[in-house]
Amino acid sequence: MKGKSEADIYFNGDFVGTTDKPEDVVEDLRKKRRHGILPDQMNVSYHTEFGEIRINTDSGRARRPLVVVEDGKPKLTKEHIEKLKAGKINWSFLVKHGIIEYVDAEEEENSYIAIDIEKVNKEHTHAEINPLLILGISASLTPFPEYNRGDRVNYGAKMVGQAIGAPIDNFQVRTDTKFNVLTYAQMPLVDTATDKILKQHPYGQNIVVAVMCWDGFNMNDAVVLNKGSVDRGMFRSFYFRTYETIRKRYWGGQEDVIAIPEPGIKGYRGEEAYKDIPEDGVINPETNVESDSVLVSKTSPLRFLTGGDFTTDIENKRESSVTIRYGERGIIDRVLISETVSGEQLFKIRTRDERIPELGDKFATRHGQKGVTALLVPQEDMPFTKEGIVPDLLFNPHGIPSRMTVSQLLELLSGKYGSIAGEKIDSSAFSGTREENIRKELKKLGFRDDGKETLYDGRTGKKFEVMIFTGIAYYMKLDHMVADKIHARSKGPVTLLTRQPTEGRSKRGGLRLGEMEQQCLVGHGAALTLKERFNSDETSLPICQSCGLIAINDKAKNKTYCPVCKDSKILWVSTSYAFKLTMDELKSLGVYPKLNVVEV
Amino acid sequence: MMTDLPLKIREEIDEYCKKKGIESEKKHEIVEKVKHFYRMSMYDPEEAVGVVSAQSLSEPATQMTMRTYHFAGTAGIQVTLGLPRLAEIFDAKKEPETPSMTIYLDPEHGSETKAIEIAKKIKEVKLKDFVLSNVIDLINLTITCHMDVEKLKKFDVDMKDLPKHVKLKNIDVEAKGKELIIMPKKADNVNLHKLKYKLLETHIKGVKNISHVIVSKEEGDEWVISTLGSNLHKVLAIEGVDTTRTTCNNPFEIYDVFGVEAARNSIIKEAVGTIEEQGLGVDIRYVSMLADLMTSGGKIMGIGRYGIAGNKDSVLARMAFEETKKHIISAAIEGMRDPLKGHVENIIMNQVIPMGTGAFTLVGRMPEVKVEQPEDEAEETKAEKKEEKAEKPVKKKAEKEEKPAKAKEKKKAAAKKKK
Repeated sequence: MKGKSEADIYFNGDFVGTTDKPEDVVEDLRKKRRHGILPDQMNVSYHTEFGEIRINTDSGRARRPLVVVEDGKPKLTKEHIEKLKAGKINWSFLVKHGIIEYVDAEEEENSYIAIDIEKVNKEHTHAEINPLLILGISASLTPFPEYNRGDRVNYGAKMVGQAIGAPIDNFQVRTDTKFNVLTYAQMPLVDTATDKILKQHPYGQNIVVAVMCWDGFNMNDAVVLNKGSVDRGMFRSFYFRTYETIRKRYWGGQEDVIAIPEPGIKGYRGEEAYKDIPEDGVINPETNVESDSVLVSKTSPLRFLTGGDFTTDIENKRESSVTIRYGERGIIDRVLISETVSGEQLFKIRTRDERIPELGDKFATRHGQKGVTALLVPQEDMPFTKEGIVPDLLFNPHGIPSRMTVSQLLELLSGKYGSIAGEKIDSSAFSGTREENIRKELKKLGFRDDGKETLYDGRTGKKFEVMIFTGIAYYMKLDHMVADKIHARSKGPVTLLTRQPTEGRSKRGGLRLGEMEQQCLVGHGAALTLKERFNSDETSLPICQSCGLIAINDKAKNKTYCPVCKDSKILWVSTSYAFKLTMDELKSLGVYPKLNVVEV
Repeated sequence: MMTDLPLKIREEIDEYCKKKGIESEKKHEIVEKVKHFYRMSMYDPEEAVGVVSAQSLSEPATQMTMRTYHFAGTAGIQVTLGLPRLAEIFDAKKEPETPSMTIYLDPEHGSETKAIEIAKKIKEVKLKDFVLSNVIDLINLTITCHMDVEKLKKFDVDMKDLPKHVKLKNIDVEAKGKELIIMPKKADNVNLHKLKYKLLETHIKGVKNISHVIVSKEEGDEWVISTLGSNLHKVLAIEGVDTTRTTCNNPFEIYDVFGVEAARNSIIKEAVGTIEEQGLGVDIRYVSMLADLMTSGGKIMGIGRYGIAGNKDSVLARMAFEETKKHIISAAIEGMRDPLKGHVENIIMNQVIPMGTGAFTLVGRMPEVKVEQPEDEAEETKAEKKEEKAEKPVKKKAEKEEKPAKAKEKKKAAAKKKK
């Protein structure tokens, strides 16, 4: 049994020894690490509840830097910061000299960390370098988050992740299966410390926003966009998709053929389908393509030939071209022909589709305020200020009171000042620019300090009776565009087993009229509508009147008869195929489902 | 002339006319108008009332969130509320999670002191309520309980009478001063421990199952006793209890004491109460419709698998609901017939449902008129072809939709096979 002050020592999970002075051991190890005697990647933690000291030096631990505090004083002093600014010392100097140390999750449990370096007291062991580090990467992108309700910061952080921006620079040479880039992406005017680190990778655009209703078109979180701005390239993005295929070799010396297939082979798409394909069988760059357009025309062997089989070439071939997915379109951007590791010919075709904002595209700010485009208004009809500034987007003021995103209002105000003064406004958590300062500066520039503007209606030229809060906000185009989602069906493919329509947009499926919708029709007493809505798998069955089973309809002899009863009356009954299937399944279970049919 | 109006409305009209001094001719006019509105407010024949009431009930039920744990109810008694309670009522659970009673008193027993007196009588007290400490004597194999004599006095229990209350088998009980000594006739130390727990749970006084009693003043300056735990039978027998108003929240208990009709009313009262307590509104007709269905069999039947849904006439409808295999097997063994009269079966078979606009069909046929049948029309749909055969040249059918009274039967094929 371990004594109260005894502890086992584990090194990277292995037991190495015991000690009767655990506190001293831990302190000693940490001291040595800070002095550079032991490696700075080492972390020590003392678990009093188990009586264990765990020393870890292995990979895969999440660690974060903290300022070391000793005797109630942070080791990072003003001189250090001065020297850092002057470039005399650098980060690794601080780490090497034990001023800043990396702490892992386990060691953090032994620490008492001051959130603000200014508020260090005697008990603290570490101090946070910047209080905004309590937020994660995407949450710290929210401007002025301390003015917001917590959930809004969370929603905003979630949506930053869905924003279309410019996350990578070399997308022109990459072959990602799916990739979106925003054209003319901008870094936010009202930015945070994290934005300064992310400067290479913008995720939206700074646009002029007026907080006002517009004939009710922006009700319920919708947004109204300025058609002029859209035409000028606002929130335009490109959608890339790469299609891939291999020219396979099969056992027995057969292989895929890349060429326009001859008419008559299995799965032939018709002459029209191959009209854009040149002789080599691979589509040319800059060709316009739509759903089901052939990219690489390919034929594959249908089955493997064995010994004495005799087949003609045409019989043994199957069309296996690569086509554009259902619901997608674009222009062939790049064609890449290469080889796989096993030496087979590899084709990669990248399509590009320009996505201009349209009705139904989703936009959001960093404050969790998302909305769907409801209307594109011609520039001449949009409201304008006395300077002639026309907003790019109209945001409905009803979105503010219930959600209480004060930071959004501060961003609009700060953005307005920043755009005029030509400055970036820092809005990092807990240390952002003060509202009073922005108001003061705006006033100096000749604007109202509350950000309101007199707007004039573009349709009538009349002044709006109220002043409207107008400013610059950083908006993001989110990865939910109607072009990816629009879907309708009048007729289309059915599933083999049940003969009911397929499911899902990619399979041209139908929209299910579910159980609750069905009950709605029943509740209205709309019996015939109900029948019609559910007749997607309608079939006619010949039923024998005496035995109640399905009879045979011999089309060649033009005769309908029951194989059981021979000379019995056959009646045609129309039911759903699903019901016929159920009966067949019952029969296979040995249950006799007899249909008593009577003629009316 | 007024006979086809409900009594209550008739009385209201009479009263109104008397007050305003309206003459008989004018009154007749009013009655006709009321009749018109009354008819307008009635459901049409073949309207899907069940589906509508199901929707009207389930919509607010979805609004009710699962987290209805807030404390409500009279003076600290916590009862299950919201969705869990609603499920309890409609699933016809034998024992509610929190049984409770509301006991009204006679006018003679209406004062506060009398109410507290009755409440004391009702509250169940067990032996453990008076035991300060207990000792198991392993040498003599006895249990000694030190009793709280003052508390016993409060509850009007005499120390000497205590042994009479302990009615366990094979033990001798003796009261000695402040101690109660229990001597089992034959025992080992294992049994002794078990005996101790049994002993402490012994009922001494009051009404069984009623663990808490609260006396409070209700509207109209009346003293009412609310309880946790219920025992309608015993409580109604107590003097001073108003037997006409005293209720409990368990429809099954009310069924046992008062019968189905009372149980039906109890279901309605409880369900409406729970819904209204949540700040939602459902017309009482929808609830009463469901309560009627639940009690139509003469006893309380829950909705769901073992209740109404499991007792539908149609095999297909039961198969479509839950436990498909169970219903296939029983239908095959018994050779059941499905009359195909419900809407579920007809939707499965893609037929017009016998409800709403589908409830009526035109049976009459137009007189036969000879029409030249063009040759190529012979290749039309098979359904029509068959009809042509049936009665050679058919005129345009008045009703094209064909709704034969098909019935399905499953023979004993499966059963035979087993043998």
